[in-house]
Amino acid sequence: MSARNSTLTVEGLKVHFGGGRALIGTRPTVHAVDGVSFSVPAGRTFGIVGESGSGKTTTALAIMRLVPITAGRVTLGDTTISDLDGEELRAARRQFQIVFQDPYSSLDPRKRAGEIVREPLDLMKIGTRAERDAKVAALFEQVGLRPEQRVLFPHQFSGGQRQRLGLARALSTEPDLIVCDEPVSALDVAIQAQILNLMTRLQRDLGLTYLFISHDLGVVQHICDEVAVMYLGQIVEQTDRVTLFTNPRHPYTKALLAAVPSVHGNKRDRRDRIRLKGDPPSPVNLPTGCRFASRCPFVEDRCHLSAPPLVERGIGHSVACWLDDPA
Amino acid sequence: MSAPLLSVEEIVVDFRTRAGQARVLDHVSLNIAEGEILGIVGESGCGKSMTALSIMGLVPNPPGKVTSGAIRLEGRDLVGLSESELCAVRGKDIGMIFQEPMSSLNPVFTVGEQIAESVRLHEGASPRAAMARAVEMLRAVEIPEPEMRAKAYPHQLSGGMRQRVMIAIALACRPRVLIADEPTTALDATVQAQIFDLLQDLQRETGTAIILITHDMGAIAELADRVAVMYAGRVVEQGAVETVLSNPEHPYTRGLIACVPHLVPEPPMVREPLLEIPGMVPALTDLGRGCAFAPRCRERIARCDEAKPPLEAGADAHLAACWVARGGVPA
Repeated sequence: MSARNSTLTVEGLKVHFGGGRALIGTRPTVHAVDGVSFSVPAGRTFGIVGESGSGKTTTALAIMRLVPITAGRVTLGDTTISDLDGEELRAARRQFQIVFQDPYSSLDPRKRAGEIVREPLDLMKIGTRAERDAKVAALFEQVGLRPEQRVLFPHQFSGGQRQRLGLARALSTEPDLIVCDEPVSALDVAIQAQILNLMTRLQRDLGLTYLFISHDLGVVQHICDEVAVMYLGQIVEQTDRVTLFTNPRHPYTKALLAAVPSVHGNKRDRRDRIRLKGDPPSPVNLPTGCRFASRCPFVEDRCHLSAPPLVERGIGHSVACWLDDPA
Repeated sequence: MSAPLLSVEEIVVDFRTRAGQARVLDHVSLNIAEGEILGIVGESGCGKSMTALSIMGLVPNPPGKVTSGAIRLEGRDLVGLSESELCAVRGKDIGMIFQEPMSSLNPVFTVGEQIAESVRLHEGASPRAAMARAVEMLRAVEIPEPEMRAKAYPHQLSGGMRQRVMIAIALACRPRVLIADEPTTALDATVQAQIFDLLQDLQRETGTAIILITHDMGAIAELADRVAVMYAGRVVEQGAVETVLSNPEHPYTRGLIACVPHLVPEPPMVREPLLEIPGMVPALTDLGRGCAFAPRCRERIARCDEAKPPLEAGADAHLAACWVARGGVPA
């Protein structure tokens, strides 16, 4: 386990796009992430689930400092990631790395696999050339590739092997935190299991902290310790993995769980579940009240008047819903 | 079971590739009765989409070619029909919806025009009558304000709405068979649930037979009546959904069910590693003479490398192509 204090803390994170002057008038502001707070203890896996447009990927990119942060603070251990710039930020990137969703577009097709994995070490000038090469060979073995495959190009690898390369590249700088943005959703189901098991083993061996972004609730249930459910840029429910799936409290979480077809299900009981109508509203024109109100099957008048805050309703179980208000 | 509406009989499709001849479909047989939902499940490259294309007469030629076999719709063989004869079948008797609704819709026509097109083409309807049918179809697929939406272009609709439009196009001429190739892969979970509900409702109302192609065993469990599991161009297991899911006979089917982290209402406190199917799908250009799954199989015996196991029936018309499952061979 890592001896350093490497808790990831996110406070009031906001990422807004657009705004400002356009050719005519002002450009609309997209509230992609709108006040998100959570913390992930070292060596744990924190999952963020949500549908497209929920802001889960933008949250991940903001933590990685790959999109500008509008407001809020992100700290990893003693480093305030959100305050860094230029050379300081580049040096700090050693501690946090990312694995992307699409292993086809996230590897440079003109570079050999060994160079791709070595690149972060070269850029950050870590070790001598010989040390870097030895490190790359060791990383290949660690992720289940053969060191002699270093000379191959990305197109010579399968999807699963490419995602192993993505993991090896992320691990090269010995980071504390790895942000995983849908790391298995582009892979065939049989290959997903191989990558998920590899990630679990690497976490156990290296004490890694994972921030795991996914829309696949089965995968999240399997791999995460704590889970936040996002809807239109905000967290609507957050708790530990067992509680979320046994006792979901927010109507959106319930609907999301009900939407997933189950191998234990059948044609007959498919009908008796919560169903959502329509699509999420646009993150440009947000409603004043609860953002889920327009699709919520249990909506009441007060839901349209003001937005419910994220409040702790059980031990370590936060929910943003007026209906969960005992008052 | 009633006489099959559509039957695929021993179909063989070969592709000429630079690496040599690839047998993409190897004696695939399936049949589907009226009002039935047949699921086809497997990994990429197993031949599930190619099965759909061969039914539609859309196997790209060259490099592909239907080498042998028959595809019968109510007894009439579709293999070998001329392009114009096939055009009369496609969209009229057999409809199809694809994975990615954005790239299957024409961006320069309104969705109403695109639905009306097939009605005009196949039923000789007047433009006005065809447009009226288009609006009616949009209403049937539960699109709000169908008169307005008929005038919308694809980019003005959300992903879920576009897939509804695709379904409306496919069903506009009331086909006997609907092929849905991964219809919800590009959609969010809550929208996927809406589309599945819609398919089920339409199927119940019209009696259309549906072939649902997917990699999601959960979708199979909740929607299909029967399921065919494909691997490397062959059907390796087939039977009623409850039977196959509760008692899978082929090691590949067992692996496919066990390797996915299924969402359960009460997750266990201690997490076990997922069962892995080691290795990956073989190249179709050099399959050898044994079972194509043998190199990845935990239950492999000597015979598996010597000959391909035939697809044989056990109890309850439950078919499996596995030497071990069909017994009679000492392990």
